[in-house]
Amino acid sequence: MPANRFNNFTDYGIGIGLRATHYNHILTRKPVVDWFEIISENFMVDGGRPLQILDRILEQYRVVQHGVSMYFGSAERANREHLRRLKDLVKRTKTPWVSDHLCWGSVDGRYTHDLLPMPYTFEAAKLTAQKVREVRDFLEVPVAVENVSSYAEFHVSEMSEWEFLNEVVERADCGILLDVNNIYVSSQNHSFDPLTYVNSVPAERVAQIHIAGHSKYRKYILDTHDHPVIDPVWRLYSRAIERVGHTATLLEWDDSIPTFKEVHDEALKANKFLASAALARAV
Amino acid sequence: MAPLTPNERMRRLAPDGRPMRRVAAGFIKPNDRLTSFERLEIYNRQYWFRILSGFAEDFPGVRVVLGDRRFDALSKAYLQQCPSRSFTLRNLGSRLESWLRAHPRWAGARQKLVVDMARLEWADIEAFDGKAEPVLKPEDLAGVDPGGLRLHLQPYLQLLDLRFPVDDLLLAVRQDSPEDSQDASNAFNERRKHKRVAAVARLSPAPIFLAVHRVDYSVYFRRLEPEEFAILRRLRQGKSLNQAMDGGFRGSKIPRDRRAAALTQWFHNWAALGWFCRPEKRSAKS
Repeated sequence: MPANRFNNFTDYGIGIGLRATHYNHILTRKPVVDWFEIISENFMVDGGRPLQILDRILEQYRVVQHGVSMYFGSAERANREHLRRLKDLVKRTKTPWVSDHLCWGSVDGRYTHDLLPMPYTFEAAKLTAQKVREVRDFLEVPVAVENVSSYAEFHVSEMSEWEFLNEVVERADCGILLDVNNIYVSSQNHSFDPLTYVNSVPAERVAQIHIAGHSKYRKYILDTHDHPVIDPVWRLYSRAIERVGHTATLLEWDDSIPTFKEVHDEALKANKFLASAALARAV
Repeated sequence: MAPLTPNERMRRLAPDGRPMRRVAAGFIKPNDRLTSFERLEIYNRQYWFRILSGFAEDFPGVRVVLGDRRFDALSKAYLQQCPSRSFTLRNLGSRLESWLRAHPRWAGARQKLVVDMARLEWADIEAFDGKAEPVLKPEDLAGVDPGGLRLHLQPYLQLLDLRFPVDDLLLAVRQDSPEDSQDASNAFNERRKHKRVAAVARLSPAPIFLAVHRVDYSVYFRRLEPEEFAILRRLRQGKSLNQAMDGGFRGSKIPRDRRAAALTQWFHNWAALGWFCRPEKRSAKS
């Protein structure tokens, strides 16, 4: 199950996000890490230090690309310059798959640099799936879409978020980057059972899983990626692994970033759940 | 998009004058803890926090010249009129120079100094991750007629003619950044920073010519003689070596008998810094 056509039949283990504060540690100490996830946009440049660092990382490690501004859900067509640069990067990193978010964030060529929630309508699912297909055909690598954290819901929605996700990925015939922290955050903000979401996702399409921490406020939770993973999120991860099997797992930590060791140790906690799931499957 | 209110809340009126509460309620569901307005406000605030912090990160020198309050007002006005049109926040400040020239009131009495600083900080961004072509080697010039030779400059190399020595000012700003003064208290750092930067910012106009370039992937500033700058600028414009040199020395104060030696030294420096690159195949044919 985990090695599937949506992650290019790879069997990646536990990875962490490549962040500038850790460059020196990684390049000098060369710690053992199964793979790094990079934010594609940070390296879609013409030259200089970003690409030099990336090339040095690629000499030692496997890298998977994760994007933040393709905006599959925006009404406009994919930006050609964005696609061209992304494809150049795909060739450089040889990423087995690329991922970006199931959201919108640009209007008439203006970018919000945010991951805005979609109205869960059939029309939006159709347009989004069309764009996912367009991007995948251009890039010539599998594409996985990630569920986002959200803080608002729309009156016009015709289905739940998980039904919308399923509608998009079936229409686009693409993979899923299942973010269990985002599921938890949204479940608290919108009062739904996160297990229902995890149990509703088509397991055979899950290419990768994200785990992360968040910040709790009085009336809502923000997806800040600045804390360790909390137990309820680990429980969702455990359930997800139980359903989809040993899947490439990535810890996101983007703000108040601690030492490399702390981040890596937090990510490696996933091993406990992967082992339990493997045992359960074996018996 | 309208900026937040002074206490960082979403504005109560939409741009068309309708109450935002009604606008938000029209398309966003409330829940048991938040109204539609409050749910929309989360996104509104995140948008402004994100782009304002990204902009401030890119232009610390402009911020120091203007002071926090004026910089904050300028940032909001600029970002309102020039929202991001790129998939990357890197390009957020790409239109700042032209916007400042068109809207001088936001920079106040120091408009020319602010424009210079904005140009330098943008050049710094461009030089940091600009394209590098293979460096020109002596053998690439074998058999080439020197008179008609057209030398190509590295795309990452930025050439600036500035009214103020803002390179010194920006270096002072960076030297006083928190990471360089971890052993002192915040209050002490702030006072020291303000004092040093204010002294540089009071400098009278003193035109300088600057190359913003990279060595081993780090960006550096290099002051140029006016003639050096003029020659390099002409080379960048695609002029032949002869044309660049002729134009470069027009009105020069360097005595004629010293020009050959100066040229030899400059070309040696530029070549050593890897500023000349092999032309792309397409342009080589032409």
